[in-house]
Amino acid sequence: MTMEFSEHIKTANVDDVVLKLPLRPALKGTLCVTAHHLVFSERKEEGSYQLLLLLRSVDAIEKSVENLLGYPQYPSAGPGQRMTGLSGSSGTIVIKCKDLRILQFDIPGMEECLNVASSIEALSSLESVTELYPFFHRPRELSLSEPWGLSSPQQQYAQTERLWDRWRLSKVNRNFSVCMSYPRTVIVPCAIDDITLAKAASFRQGGRFPVLCYYHRSNGMVIMRSSQPMTGANRKRCREDELLLQAAIDESEMGYIIDTRSAQQAQQARMAGGGFESKAFYHHWRRLHRHLERGKVLQESLIKLVEACGDPSQNMDRWLSKLENSKWLSHVHSALSTAGLVAECVERDGHSVLVHGFEGTDTTLLVTSLAQLILDPASRTFRGFLQLLEREWVQAGHPFRQRCAHSAHSHARLRQECPAFLLLLDATWQLGRQFPLALEFSEVLLLRLAQDAYASDYGTFLCSSEQERCALQVKENTHCLFQFLLRREEREKYVNPLYEATDLAIWPSVHPQSLQLWTGLFLRWTEYAQTMDEAREEIWTIVKERKETDRPKGCAHTTLSRHDSFTNVENLMDELTVL
Amino acid sequence: MMEHIRLPKVERVQLADRSSSRRAQVGTLYLTAFHTIFVDNEVHNELWVLHSLVCNVEKLSITSCGYPLLIRCKNFQVIQLLIPKENDCNDVFVSLLRLSRTERYEELYCFSFMPNVDKAARGQAWDFLNLKAEYNRMGVSNKLWHTTSVNREYRVCDTYPADLYVPKSASLPVIVGSSRFRSKGRFPTLSYYYRETQAVICRSSQPLSGFSARCLEDEQMLEAIMKSNPGSRFMYVVDTRPKLNAMANRATGKGYENEDNYTNIKFQFIGIENIHVMRNSQQKLIEVSDLPSPSMGEFLLGLETSDWLKHIKSILAAGTFIAKAVAEEGVSVLVHCSDGWDRTTQVCSLASVLLDPFYRTLKGLMVLIEKDWVSFGHKFSHRYGHVVEEPKEASPVIDQFLECVWQLMEQFPCAFEYNERFLISIYNHVHSCHYGNFICNSEKERKDLGIREKTHSLWPHLWKNKVDFVNPLFRADHSQTKGVLQPLTTPYCFKFWRGLYNHFDRGLHPRQSVLDSLMAIKEETQQLEEVLTIYQQKLAGVGREQANDLFVKKHGMKNSQGLWAEPTHIRLANSPQDYNGGNLVSGPKDLLPQQRKTNLDLSLFGDTSESSDPDNSDQESEGADFSCHSCSGGASPPSEDSVKDPDSDDPAFNNA
Repeated sequence: MTMEFSEHIKTANVDDVVLKLPLRPALKGTLCVTAHHLVFSERKEEGSYQLLLLLRSVDAIEKSVENLLGYPQYPSAGPGQRMTGLSGSSGTIVIKCKDLRILQFDIPGMEECLNVASSIEALSSLESVTELYPFFHRPRELSLSEPWGLSSPQQQYAQTERLWDRWRLSKVNRNFSVCMSYPRTVIVPCAIDDITLAKAASFRQGGRFPVLCYYHRSNGMVIMRSSQPMTGANRKRCREDELLLQAAIDESEMGYIIDTRSAQQAQQARMAGGGFESKAFYHHWRRLHRHLERGKVLQESLIKLVEACGDPSQNMDRWLSKLENSKWLSHVHSALSTAGLVAECVERDGHSVLVHGFEGTDTTLLVTSLAQLILDPASRTFRGFLQLLEREWVQAGHPFRQRCAHSAHSHARLRQECPAFLLLLDATWQLGRQFPLALEFSEVLLLRLAQDAYASDYGTFLCSSEQERCALQVKENTHCLFQFLLRREEREKYVNPLYEATDLAIWPSVHPQSLQLWTGLFLRWTEYAQTMDEAREEIWTIVKERKETDRPKGCAHTTLSRHDSFTNVENLMDELTVL
Repeated sequence: MMEHIRLPKVERVQLADRSSSRRAQVGTLYLTAFHTIFVDNEVHNELWVLHSLVCNVEKLSITSCGYPLLIRCKNFQVIQLLIPKENDCNDVFVSLLRLSRTERYEELYCFSFMPNVDKAARGQAWDFLNLKAEYNRMGVSNKLWHTTSVNREYRVCDTYPADLYVPKSASLPVIVGSSRFRSKGRFPTLSYYYRETQAVICRSSQPLSGFSARCLEDEQMLEAIMKSNPGSRFMYVVDTRPKLNAMANRATGKGYENEDNYTNIKFQFIGIENIHVMRNSQQKLIEVSDLPSPSMGEFLLGLETSDWLKHIKSILAAGTFIAKAVAEEGVSVLVHCSDGWDRTTQVCSLASVLLDPFYRTLKGLMVLIEKDWVSFGHKFSHRYGHVVEEPKEASPVIDQFLECVWQLMEQFPCAFEYNERFLISIYNHVHSCHYGNFICNSEKERKDLGIREKTHSLWPHLWKNKVDFVNPLFRADHSQTKGVLQPLTTPYCFKFWRGLYNHFDRGLHPRQSVLDSLMAIKEETQQLEEVLTIYQQKLAGVGREQANDLFVKKHGMKNSQGLWAEPTHIRLANSPQDYNGGNLVSGPKDLLPQQRKTNLDLSLFGDTSESSDPDNSDQESEGADFSCHSCSGGASPPSEDSVKDPDSDDPAFNNA
C-alpha cells in the first residue's frame, strides 16, 4: 500500500517555499508531501511555524507556473536546494480547503510546483476508504481496543424502561438484508413482528421502514422516521406498512406525518414509483407538507454563500443580494421551523410524528435531530449531542461519503454532494445563539464537527452506512472521533462555559430577524472571527475567575493540553519512516 | 395640556397583542397630560406611553368588536387598541393627535417632570459632565491650541458653544473673517485633539466659495490649523457630502475648498447622503422590520432596497478614514458638510470613538455626545420632532451614530464598557423629552429657555443605573480596548440592528442573555472575593459576625438583579412560535398560571412620582408574551386540510 502512495509523490520536499495564510505574514520554509499530509516547516531556529494539513481536506487546487528563465535565480542559500534544469522558473499553488481556508504556496521551480500539485490532486481524492488517513492515524494515547461509538440502539432501548411495554428491539436487519442503510437493530412497535417489518420495508424506498427515533418522556409520544412509501402511480398499498404505523399509536390517537416535500413534489414522486401515505389507508394519520430543499440545490446554495463571503468588493447591495440569492438562510429557516412544527406536535399537542421525505437520509434526519434538540434536554449535553449525531446521522445511514466528498470550493462536477449535515450544525448554532445557556457544547465543537465531517483523522464520518463500516472494518481499524472528543482534556475545549441545564423545550424564533449568518463558520478565516474568539476567551476568563474564587484552596485547573498537536507530529514521523 | 383631553377615560378597551395570536387584554384606557395609560382589568397590568414618543395615530377600518386605533411610537413600539364606541374612539384619536403634537417647548414633559430633588442637587446634576475638563483630558489648552472667547454671548456663531478651541496662531480677525466665509458662521474649530501625534480633528460648515470666491482669513485659518500640527506638512479637508451635492451648492454661493487657494490641503469627498435620503431610507427599513411575517428572502431584499446598511457603512468608513489619518499618518483633518451639524457631527464623533478608548466608556460616550452633538448645535428638536415643525427637518442622524457604535460593539465585543441597552436608552431619551438635555437646537436656545433651571439632566440618572449598562466582557487592559480601533468595513460586518428596530417584538430576541448571565457570574465572583477577604480577616481574629453577614449575602444574591435583568431561566421566557400557521387542531394555548400572575409591565416611561424610571420601560418582564408573529409556512400549502387532499381524485392534481 505504501508503494501506491509513493507512486503519487514525485517530489517529496521543496525548500524555500513561501506560504501565505490568511491573517499571517508570509512565511518561508520547506514544504513536504507525505501520503496523507502536506507539511510546511518554517526555517527558523526558534518558535518556527509548522503547518500540518490533511490532504483529504483539500477541496480545490489551482496552480499557475511561470518560466522566468534568464531572470536572476530566486535568492536563496539554503542547503539541500536542488538545481534543476528549470531554475529561475517558479509556480504558485492555491489550496482551497473544505473548511473554507485558503492557502497559497509560492514554489521555486516549475517542475517541483507541478509535481507537488499533481501529488496533492491525486492524494486528496483517494477513492478507497481504507486508504484514507483514519486507517493510519495511531495517536499514542488512544488504543484501537477502546470502544468505538458512544451507544447502540440496544443500549438506548435498555435505558428507556418506559419504552418496553409498547416498543421492542428488532434484529430483523441483522444481516443488513432488509435495509442496507439501517443499523442491525432498530426499535419498532411490539405488536409488529419481523416478518411484517420485512414486508413493510419492501414498501419503503431503500427499505427504510418507520422506526422509532425519539421517545418523549413527559407524554409518551414518539418521533419516527422512514423513507417515502412506494405507492407509485397506481396507488399501491401495503397492509404491513399500514399496520406498522397503526401500531405506533393508540386507536384513539392521531398521528402526524411531516413530509419534508411540498404536496406537489410528493404527488410528482408517484410517477417515479414513490409517493405518500394516503389518508384513505392511514386513517389515524394526518399529513402535513413542509418543503425543504435537498441535494444539489443545497450544495449550490452553500457554494453561492461561500462565494459571497469571499467577494472582495466593498459593495453593500452586492453582498446583501448575494446573501439573499444564496438562499442559505432560507434553508436554515425552513429546517428550524419544520423541526419546531414537529416538536410542537409532540410536546404541545400530544401527537406522535413520522418524518420522511424521499430517501429519508437527509432532510428527514435534519428535522428529527433538530426536533430532539428542541425537546430533549439530554440531547443538549455534550455527550448527548454527540450521541444524537451518532444515532440520527452515523447509524441512521446519512451517506457522509457521498454528501461530504466535496465542499464549496471544488471544481469537480457535482455528484451527490449535499451539505445537509452542515445545515444541521448551522441550525444548532442558531439554537445556541437564541439560548446561549441551554447547550452544554460551544460553537467550537460545531466548527470541529463541520471540519471532521469533510476530512478527519478519525473514522466516525467515514462510509455511508453501518453495513459499509462493517464491511471495511472501520470500527476495528480507526479511532472514534466522539470518544476522542469526550476525553477530559479535549472536552474542555468544546464546552459552553455558560451552560445551565434546563428541562424545558427551547423553542427557537424563526423570524428572519432572529436568524443570522454563522460568521464563525463562514467568516472563520477573517479578522472578524478573531475578535469573536477573543470574546469567547474573555467569557472563559470570567467563568474561571468565579470557579477559582469558589475554590480558594485552589484545586488547580487542568491546563488545556497540547496533546493533539504532539501526537500529530509523532504520527507524522511514523508516516515519514514508512515512506 | 389638560384642555386637549376630550375624554380622560374609556372602559372596555382591548389592547391587541400584535405579535401573537394571543387573546387581547381588556381594560381601561386613561389619557393624562403626558401619558396614555392602559390598565388591564384582570391583572391590573399597566402600559404607559409618553405622548412625546407617539409618532402617529391611525384609525383603522372598523371590525366586529369595535373601532381600532393604531399608535406608532418613535421607539418602534406599536400599540393597537380596540375601542367599543365610535365616538369614544374618535375622541381618543383627536386628543392623542393634539397631545402628541407639542407646539411650544414649554409644553414638553421635561418642564413638568419634577423628581424629588432640590435646586442645588439639580444644579450639581447639570454639572455632572464638564466639557472644559474633557478638553483638558485631551490635552488642550497647550502651547499650540487655546480656548477663545470670540464666541462669548454667541456673537460670532449662534449655533456654536460659547467656549471654543482654536490654534493659538489664529488671531481674532482671522477667526471672525473665516466665520463670515462659512455657512451660518460655523468657522473651523477644534473637535478632538489626538495627543500621540498632535494631529487634530476640526469641524466647520461649508465655505461660501461659490464658483470662485476666496477669503484670505479662511485660508489663514486653515493654514493655522495645519501648522499647529508640527508633525505634518499638509492637512486633509474632508467634505462628507457626495461630490454632486457639493457642486450643486456652488450655484447658491456655497461649495467647497479649492485646493489651489489653500496652502497644503488635500481635499477629499466622502459621499454620505443628506438628511432627506436618510429619512426615506430609515422609513423603508422600519417598514421591513415591521412586516408581519416576512420570508427570509423578503426580509433580505427589503434590507437591501432600504439602503440603510449602505449608509451606515459609508458613515463608518468616513470615521475610519479620519481616525487613520490622525493616528497613523499624523495628519490633521478638517471635516465639514453643508452646515456642519449632521454628517460632520456623526463623522467627528465616530472618529473619536475609534481613536480614544475613553469614548468607549460609559462616561466617555456621555461626554462625547454632550460635546460633539449637544454643544456644537446638532438640531435635536428639529431632527427628532420635539415640537411641531417642518417634517422635512426630521432625520435619523443620531440614530445612525448610535448604530455605528453598535456595529463596532458587534465587531469588538470586548472594547466597550457600555452595552447595547445604554445606546437604546440614549436613543429613547433623545425622543422622549423626559430630560432637558436634548431640547432645542443649540446651546444658546437652551440658555435662553432656561433648560438648566427648569428641567433635569439625563446623564446622572443614567450613571446612577450604570450597572444595567455595563458590558461584562469589557476589561480596561484588553487588547481590543487599548488604542485605536481598526474596524473592518467589509459589507458582511454590518448587521440589521434587531435590538433597536424590533425592540418590542420580544419573541425575536434571544431567550437567554449572555450579558445577564455574565453579570451575575461577575457579581458572584466579587462577592465571593469579599467573603474570602473577610475570612482572611477572621483568621487574623477580626470580624466573625461580619463574615457571616456576607455569607448570607452570597446565598441570597440571586435576587439582586438590576433593572434590566432578565430571568436566566427560561421557564416563563419561552413559548413555541406558530410554526404551523395555525393549522394544528389544538385550541387556544393556555398560559401557565405563573404567567398569568406576573405583572405585565410594558410601561414606557413610568409615573412622574416615585417610580419614574424610564429605563424600566425596557425591562423584560416575565409575563410578557414571547412568541411573535406567526411564521409563514413558505409558499407550499401548509396542510392537507387547507388545500385539496392530494389523495382525492381531484382533476387538478391528475393534470399535474
